Amino acid sequence: MKIAFTTNGTDWDARIDPRFGRTDYLLFYDEESKTMSSVDNREIINVEHGAGPRTAQKIFDNGAQVLITGNGPGGNAARILDQMELKIYVGAGGMTVREAYNAYLNNQLKQGVNNA
Amino acid sequence: MKEIVIISGKGGTGKTSVAAALAYTVPRVVMADCDVDAADLHLILKPVVRSSEEFYSGVRAEIDTQSCVGCGKCEEICRFAAISHESGKFSVDKLDCEGCGYCQLICPAKAVSLPEQKVGQCFISDTRFACRLIHAKLGIGADNSGKLVAKVKKEARQEATRTGMDYILVDGSPGIGCPVISSLSGADFVLLVTEPTLSGLNDLNRVWQLTARFRIPAGCIINKADLNPQVTAQIKDFLTQQGIRHLDDLPYDEDFSQAITLGKCLPEINPGKWKTRFANLWQGITKELK
Amino acid sequence: MKIAIASGKGGTGKTTLAVNLALRAAETMPVALLDLDVEEPNGGIFIQAEIVEQRTMHRLVPEWDETSCTLCGKCVDICRFNTILKLGKKIIVMPELCHSCHACSELCPAGALPMRENVLGKLRHYRLGKLDFVESKLEIGVEMASPLIGQTIGYAESHCPGKSYVFRDCPPGTSCAVMDATKDADFVILVTEPTPFGLHDLGLAVETMRHLGKPMAVVINRMGIGNDDVLRYCESERLPVWGKFPNRREIAELYSRGELIYPQVETFRRELDSILQHLESLPGQP
Repeated sequence: MKIAFTTNGTDWDARIDPRFGRTDYLLFYDEESKTMSSVDNREIINVEHGAGPRTAQKIFDNGAQVLITGNGPGGNAARILDQMELKIYVGAGGMTVREAYNAYLNNQLKQGVNNA
Repeated sequence: MKEIVIISGKGGTGKTSVAAALAYTVPRVVMADCDVDAADLHLILKPVVRSSEEFYSGVRAEIDTQSCVGCGKCEEICRFAAISHESGKFSVDKLDCEGCGYCQLICPAKAVSLPEQKVGQCFISDTRFACRLIHAKLGIGADNSGKLVAKVKKEARQEATRTGMDYILVDGSPGIGCPVISSLSGADFVLLVTEPTLSGLNDLNRVWQLTARFRIPAGCIINKADLNPQVTAQIKDFLTQQGIRHLDDLPYDEDFSQAITLGKCLPEINPGKWKTRFANLWQGITKELK
Repeated sequence: MKIAIASGKGGTGKTTLAVNLALRAAETMPVALLDLDVEEPNGGIFIQAEIVEQRTMHRLVPEWDETSCTLCGKCVDICRFNTILKLGKKIIVMPELCHSCHACSELCPAGALPMRENVLGKLRHYRLGKLDFVESKLEIGVEMASPLIGQTIGYAESHCPGKSYVFRDCPPGTSCAVMDATKDADFVILVTEPTPFGLHDLGLAVETMRHLGKPMAVVINRMGIGNDDVLRYCESERLPVWGKFPNRREIAELYSRGELIYPQVETFRRELDSILQHLESLPGQP
């Protein structure tokens, strides 16, 4: 599976950004190939309305099936993410990516509710 | 580092007074005033600006009269009645223009440009307390989107990281629109300040509907609680039902306006009454942050 | 005459003034009151009236017609508001972000984005004697107040004719929603309080109204708290002060219970009548 993380950096030691729509980076970990890729989302600071959906588009474009984040997506973003085959896990805000991934594997994260 | 956002839904509940008192009380904190439409926190904190940045948001159409051929297609398609003409030359009213760019797309003469508009400024300042203040000013009639709020929060976070602060305290935006959502985004705790009036309860309901979907732990202060014990009780029921921590009831007190008038915060004008109270309130909040 | 009641800051007593003024005026003349604080309308709390009409208000937003769509993605490029997304073979429209400019719909080569009605909020029209009260409430999640404000004003124009005054309870602040509520008003009353917050935000409101070229007057609420700076500001800016309401706990309590002030507090009623007299002597009045 491909796991997406909202982060403030581009490696395993980066911290999970609690925000979704205005997160600085999106990190993608492909469990099969064990490779990591990232998307710089910082252009979002220039977006007035619709930051959430715009970031959600990037999740889609990178083909993730799981999203690990902090507080969870807001209403608009949630509606877009709902359209994808995506499982959302919340409560990882502040953890490193490594810690968050382990927490996810150990069922320690809450599943986010995908509703607007 | 933990971020606490203070919101109220309705104006006039005492949100900024509480924010100022906490700025005084909380150690190792960066303050952020995200009420960019009508920022007031600076009136108490008396900031000295260290750096400022111009803020651009949104575009507005501009027609180059030299290139314009007077075909009138732009005026035809504009849904906001922002384009008019005089002596065959067309122009855009910036206040009515929404920056959709439709006119630019259909102009056969390529006479329309969409320059970004300077709509405000963001400041990083020292204050008369130990904390720094990040604040902003939005221009007249500017679209109050979440963008300037997001900028203020981002600067606050960077400042806190740079100087090794433990807390970011945000004086949030009023209402239930984009600026509030942007204020809440990334918070570790939401502090709701409300008042026991029917209007206050109404607005608390509406702002909670918005906040709840972010699943951020929340606490509430009922200000002027003795004004209407009935509605105060109604609010307490609401808090219990929604799982919001009831942190304190503050009495209706002329100290609030006194403090504002003197440009001070509550613990400063009456330490006996308020210093310990806010220290305890802060303890209550830190417990929830664990 | 269209009278907008606004303030730079929330919580200064705008709604209290608008409601009490409208009801007092309605004792003797036909009056309308519009609650344009569509994010958080509260005027209705104070008015017990018969409902005359209830409407769901709409605006037009594009709707994706899957059968006609060629998935060219032009709409995504056209839209400047991040309203349209393309997820593989699906086009998704986010109505909350749409400004209803019609560009995507009219420029779609396949005609696959017809404009359809989308819920903006609810309008309620009440009547109590000579007062027509219209309140609009924005649907939660809809971010733009302006379209609903415009439609409410339009509704009142056609459904509440022949009024001596149309009072508008405006949203607080100085953003575009406030401008939409006041840009075609004949006169603006700004409500403030005599504190540094009140003064600061009054300054912002005055700047905004001057930008719109609106004649204005100031009403000061909770006189006695704070200091005289607001009065001095009004003097130096040549802004008429039409009313000074006292700072009484009794008034705050009545407000908290959703009750009108002027039937019960004489000093309040006197100030209210003085404001009405000022309105009567404005140019353009018969």
